[in-house]
Amino acid sequence: MTKVYAMGDQKVHALRGIDLEIAPGDFTAIMGPSGSGKSTLMNLIGALDQPTSGEMLIEGHSLSTMRPDDLADLRNRTLGFVFQQFNLLPRANALQNVKLPLRYARHEQIDADARARECLELVGLGDRMDHRPAQLSGGQQQRVAIARALAGRPRIILADEPTGALDTKTSTDIMELLVKLNATGITIILVTHEPEVAEFARRRIHFRDGLIESDERRAA
Amino acid sequence: MKFSVALASAIEALFANLLRSFLTMLGIIIGVASVMTMMAMGEGAKARIDEQISALGASTLTLRPGSMRRGGRSLGAGAAKPFTESDIAVLASLPYAQAVSGQLSKSVTAVSGQTNWSTSLTGTDAAYFEIHDWTPTEGRVFTDREVRTGAAVAVIGKSIVDNLFDGTDPLGQRIRVNNVPVSVIGVLSEKGQSSFGSDRDDVIFIPLGTARNRIIGAHRTTPKNVSRIEVMVADGYDLKEAQNKLGEYMRERRRIKAGADDDFMVFNIADFVRARSATQATMGVLLAFMAAVALFVGGVGVMNIMLVSVTERTREIGLRMALGARGSDIMVQFLAEAIVLCGTGGLIGVVLGFAGSWIAAKTGGWEMSISPQITLISLGAAVAVGLFFGYFPARRAARLNPIDALRYE
Ligand SMILES: Nc1ncnc2c1ncn2[C@@H]1O[C@H](COP(=O)(O)OP(=O)(O)OP(=O)(O)O)[C@@H](O)[C@H]1O
Ligand SMILES: [Mg+2]
Repeated sequence: MTKVYAMGDQKVHALRGIDLEIAPGDFTAIMGPSGSGKSTLMNLIGALDQPTSGEMLIEGHSLSTMRPDDLADLRNRTLGFVFQQFNLLPRANALQNVKLPLRYARHEQIDADARARECLELVGLGDRMDHRPAQLSGGQQQRVAIARALAGRPRIILADEPTGALDTKTSTDIMELLVKLNATGITIILVTHEPEVAEFARRRIHFRDGLIESDERRAA
Repeated sequence: MKFSVALASAIEALFANLLRSFLTMLGIIIGVASVMTMMAMGEGAKARIDEQISALGASTLTLRPGSMRRGGRSLGAGAAKPFTESDIAVLASLPYAQAVSGQLSKSVTAVSGQTNWSTSLTGTDAAYFEIHDWTPTEGRVFTDREVRTGAAVAVIGKSIVDNLFDGTDPLGQRIRVNNVPVSVIGVLSEKGQSSFGSDRDDVIFIPLGTARNRIIGAHRTTPKNVSRIEVMVADGYDLKEAQNKLGEYMRERRRIKAGADDDFMVFNIADFVRARSATQATMGVLLAFMAAVALFVGGVGVMNIMLVSVTERTREIGLRMALGARGSDIMVQFLAEAIVLCGTGGLIGVVLGFAGSWIAAKTGGWEMSISPQITLISLGAAVAVGLFFGYFPARRAARLNPIDALRYE
């Protein structure tokens, strides 16, 4: 895939030709200098954006042929997002935040309340359900965000610098949580600048100037 | 997303920014309150007009000799052949005539003891009181026999009692009308002012013959004449149709050749009142239009603030889309907010509208009448404004590109 942003007359080649396959259940870390195209790739994988050329497939389905509503459903059911800035709704408490994606789930009958509680328990916030984001620490907020990403029972979790706003200790906690989720079969793709964070992944891909520089796998 | 869920979060959003919500609603509140007040005023005025018409005799046709105009020249009523008591008798036998009454009127001076009072005298018959649905509060009206024999009896309006009797019981007392003594046998219920501003209670009724022979003194020149005949149309007959039939009948009876103009007039008093109230109706339409403009301006205010809200919450919209919201979900959410905003404004407006209508009714002197329809129409108008003006901002939100929205600063 390539991705070119047009900024007036100028063209920014964010991705110059990426050919990548990620296996189900894998834990992949994407690294590289700032501006090398990591977030651009995550947005393409997350069905939030379309490549300039090339094709993006999830579970064999080409995203370019899907209608906007189908892409929305894909984001709702198959993918879970974790953002660097958490992106929680400030006026809603933890439970309500986790329930948010379930509002948009239209194919299945879900007990949203039970599901959200279950997800919050899983990330270790069973006792903070009625706290609002402002009443939680950064690490706790990111866990709420992870619980929210889990609420739709996704098969893939996309995390763009999930530990970027956290200290080392908290980062480790978050990464251990992701490892635990990965162990249940969820595919995890994460972007990070920190080698210690990338250590948790089985596969590490380095980007440079919109191209893959290296792609290595940790020996089991 | 279910609409109920969208509504619940829209209500939450409304409370989250209470002052701004209220200021946004203000236009809607004023619009709805004025729409309601205008409609209530229109209905109140209409009810009063209907009441006036029924007081004048909703199903009554009036006959007068003379014509409105002939060859550009207006002729006085005296120029044409007058009606007579025999006309009354034959009209009474028509199938569509429920009651027929003849009248003669004159301005007179009435005297009781030392008190003088200028008033109007009407000579008539018992049918008059039936046609005008006018009953005595004290005593009685004439009997047919009193009318036939030309008895010196009088039925008087409330204002005569107030001006001539000063607290004493008028029943059985004598008054002199242009020096002719008559005794009071009845006092009529109060009617108040007519729609033309005259006092309808300032009147003395005596039998037709008594008035003609003894007070007006027209019996020598025009014996048995009446200056005006009223025909009450029986139930089940159309007033307009009866009016045409009556005109035809009188043309035949008065032997008017085909093509010649009528030398009499048939009209129903309701037409006059309606013509007059048409001006009021125009005024009402104008006011309702202004109220609609207020509602429109309120709607534009809502649209404006909704657009601001969409811009402010672009990142939130992006987040929701990343979590799986479809364009339609976002659309529903913002439409729900616009509807909640306008609906709440509408509710407050309805309350104010009630107050406004009450004040209007007080000053206008009619019964306050707010039908459930008015309330529903006003609320419906508010919600419709919400839908209409919320649509554009909601669509703008729904069409945002997820990634652009998510990265928006
Ligand atoms: N919407 C956009 N419009 C124009 N240029 C863009 C846009 N988004 C990204 N870019 C450009 O594309 C290139 C890649 O950006 P990207 O966000 O993918 O980098 P990144 O690897 O995530 O960097 P960082 O580590 O700083 O987050 C950059 O040069 C950036 O300026
Ligand atoms: Mg980035």
